[in-house]
Amino acid sequence: MKARKMRKIINLLSIFFLAISIFSLSLYAQKNSCVECHQELEDELLAPVEAFKIDIHQQFGLSCADCHGGNPAEEDIDLAKDKTFKGAPQRFRIPEFCASCHSDSRYMRRFNPRIRVDQLDIYWTSKHGQLLKKGDTKVALCTDCHAAHGIQAATHPKSWTFPWNIPQTCSRCHSDTNYMKDYKIPTKQWDDYKDSVHAHALFEKKDLSAPVCNDCHGNHGATPPEVTSIAYICRQCHPSAGELFSQSPHKKAFDEMELSECEACHGNHKILPPSDEMLGTGEKAVCIQCHEPDSEPYQIASRIKEKLDAFIKKIRHAESLLEQADRQGVEVSEPKFMLTEANSTLIFVRNLTHSFSLMEIEEKIEEGKKVVAEVTNAGEAALREAKFRKTGLIIATCFIFLLSIALFLKIKQITKKTPNESP
Amino acid sequence: MKNILQSIYFYLDTRFKLSDLIQFAKKKKVPEHKHSFWYYFGGICLFLFILQVLTGILLLLYYTPSVDSAHESIQFIMSQVKFGWLMRSVHSWSANILIAAIFIHMFSSFFLKAYRSPRELTWITGFFLLLIFLAFGFSGYLLPWNELSFFATRIGSDIAGTLPLIGNHIKTFILGGTDVTGATISRFFWLHIGILPLLTVMILGIHVLLVQILGMSKPIGIPENKVKEVPFFPNFILKDSLGWMLILALIGVLCVFFPWEIGQKADPFAATPIGIKPEWYFTFMFSTLKIIPAHIFSIEGEMIAIFGFMIGGLLWMLVPFLDRNAAKERRSPVFSFIGWVVLLYIVVMTAVTYLLPGL
Repeated sequence: MKARKMRKIINLLSIFFLAISIFSLSLYAQKNSCVECHQELEDELLAPVEAFKIDIHQQFGLSCADCHGGNPAEEDIDLAKDKTFKGAPQRFRIPEFCASCHSDSRYMRRFNPRIRVDQLDIYWTSKHGQLLKKGDTKVALCTDCHAAHGIQAATHPKSWTFPWNIPQTCSRCHSDTNYMKDYKIPTKQWDDYKDSVHAHALFEKKDLSAPVCNDCHGNHGATPPEVTSIAYICRQCHPSAGELFSQSPHKKAFDEMELSECEACHGNHKILPPSDEMLGTGEKAVCIQCHEPDSEPYQIASRIKEKLDAFIKKIRHAESLLEQADRQGVEVSEPKFMLTEANSTLIFVRNLTHSFSLMEIEEKIEEGKKVVAEVTNAGEAALREAKFRKTGLIIATCFIFLLSIALFLKIKQITKKTPNESP
Repeated sequence: MKNILQSIYFYLDTRFKLSDLIQFAKKKKVPEHKHSFWYYFGGICLFLFILQVLTGILLLLYYTPSVDSAHESIQFIMSQVKFGWLMRSVHSWSANILIAAIFIHMFSSFFLKAYRSPRELTWITGFFLLLIFLAFGFSGYLLPWNELSFFATRIGSDIAGTLPLIGNHIKTFILGGTDVTGATISRFFWLHIGILPLLTVMILGIHVLLVQILGMSKPIGIPENKVKEVPFFPNFILKDSLGWMLILALIGVLCVFFPWEIGQKADPFAATPIGIKPEWYFTFMFSTLKIIPAHIFSIEGEMIAIFGFMIGGLLWMLVPFLDRNAAKERRSPVFSFIGWVVLLYIVVMTAVTYLLPGL
């Protein structure tokens, strides 16, 4: 009986001590002496703790030791910096430091099965990677574009690699004339880009599909595009213009002269919104960069511009007729809708200029002209209707006023005749 | 020719007792004094109502009350139908002028104390006619199925939905569901062209009959020697016709220079556009609902405002029974003062809607 009681007490005590041990162990495991110490420090030694609070690695449950090694459970600094401690990597080792996890597909799959694991391989093919291999540590590394401790997913609007932040991220180095002076490359790309149609789409219209630096140069494998590849890069978003150009006589000529296709007329970083002035033989025309005034292509360019201008003039005339009719209160929503068809044709024709085929352009313009003619007729009819209404109003008002005067005179007459009666 | 006309008259007189009517018309007198001008607004309201009926019937020939074709049919009327633009513009403009004329007629009758005995029922039927024409306006506004009317109807029905206990039932009844849909346009259409015209004809009939039986009221306080009487036919009716002609000319000018807009077709999935507001004659109530505090003594502000308008409307209708002084042919300055306050409130709150849209 006594022995059974003793066993019961021993069992209870064992459970109690086991619980205490598990609780202590869990506290030990949760301890992060890296953060505790660095929180007490200042400036660059405190910065990682602050930045890491918003870091994507922290969101996935990773901590200092997962990258820097050591034992964060130990309070003593010497014990914490045990033999696994790696500390901060040397600058030239950073790509491999990050890749120790990011190139390990098995490890990365635990957090995000869709993430790419070839960044390091691609990086070595980039201009940055090639120079780093040669010992140039000034070039961009993982941390220069992604930050060291405040890393955020590229889809996060505040991330350095979010589309509307990328131009600034790249320009931190590429616009710094002092920093870039050894490389002998231009430093006004960011200034040029700011004026471009792409920057307008990105920053004004918040169109995230507008291209930024990495869309043309690549990101981890960033390199200047070769002359022959520029056209393919533009075709990623402008396939129709590219296809028309490829079928045009210019393709062969550009290839022979080793000219970059789109860039030759539209520029690179400062790609301004295309205008009709770029066509033809005027001052701002790009055709005259290559074609002599007495040449046949020069004449064709001139004809294309003339045809296009005439078509636009017809559209604007029809538009103004409808606006006038609309202002005068005539319902013109149907011809207005038809006019959108003519405007669509105009967009089509502008794109068709990349074929440089006068015949095709003329054909399409003729199609558009038929629609414009219908709209113009409708606009003129609407204006006639407005005039008819006004004339009708004048006649009706005159009639009403005459009738009113007659009534007034009659009232006066009968008021005179009828003696006022008091009740 | 004369004989034929006489035969026709004799035929009709035997059956309709026309000579009695003519005798009545010949004998009918109308008081004339310094406030007589305001009497003509009643006739103007009647004239505008006739215009509404005529143009409404013509619009009915082409209008289709469904979500898919309501807006399109209005567009068709405005652009393809011969004089369709005129019919619709006359209908819309005269509807708005009619509401304004009803308000003027009502307030002039109020200030001239025309509601006093024995004309209590004339006042009450007039009040019902005001409500009916407001319902005409509310239901007709949605029929073109454009963006403004769609969202204004949604907001209007939401306000009705805030009433305790019965609010949701009323809203569902008005809309034919929980939101403005095809069922709503169908209901509003039949209300607009069936039920409301029927009610109008009945109540307007009583209203006009009472005016004929009881005659027009003479204002209190005007000495008997300053009130003259003139024959209804032809003196008064000719002056009335003159007013109608001038109103017709005004409508013509408005229709030609400011044809009633069609607006964008309603998109039920679009967000409510900024600055949406009901028709001008509802805006004094709309602005009140906007500026009233959310809670007053822990009761919802909107609910208090709605009850306020309902009780206010009821008291307004019962004025002939409340104004005891007027009933005894004595001046009643308190009621005149109340009338001015109500009028000022309506004018100021309507102006606020347009002058301070961000309120």
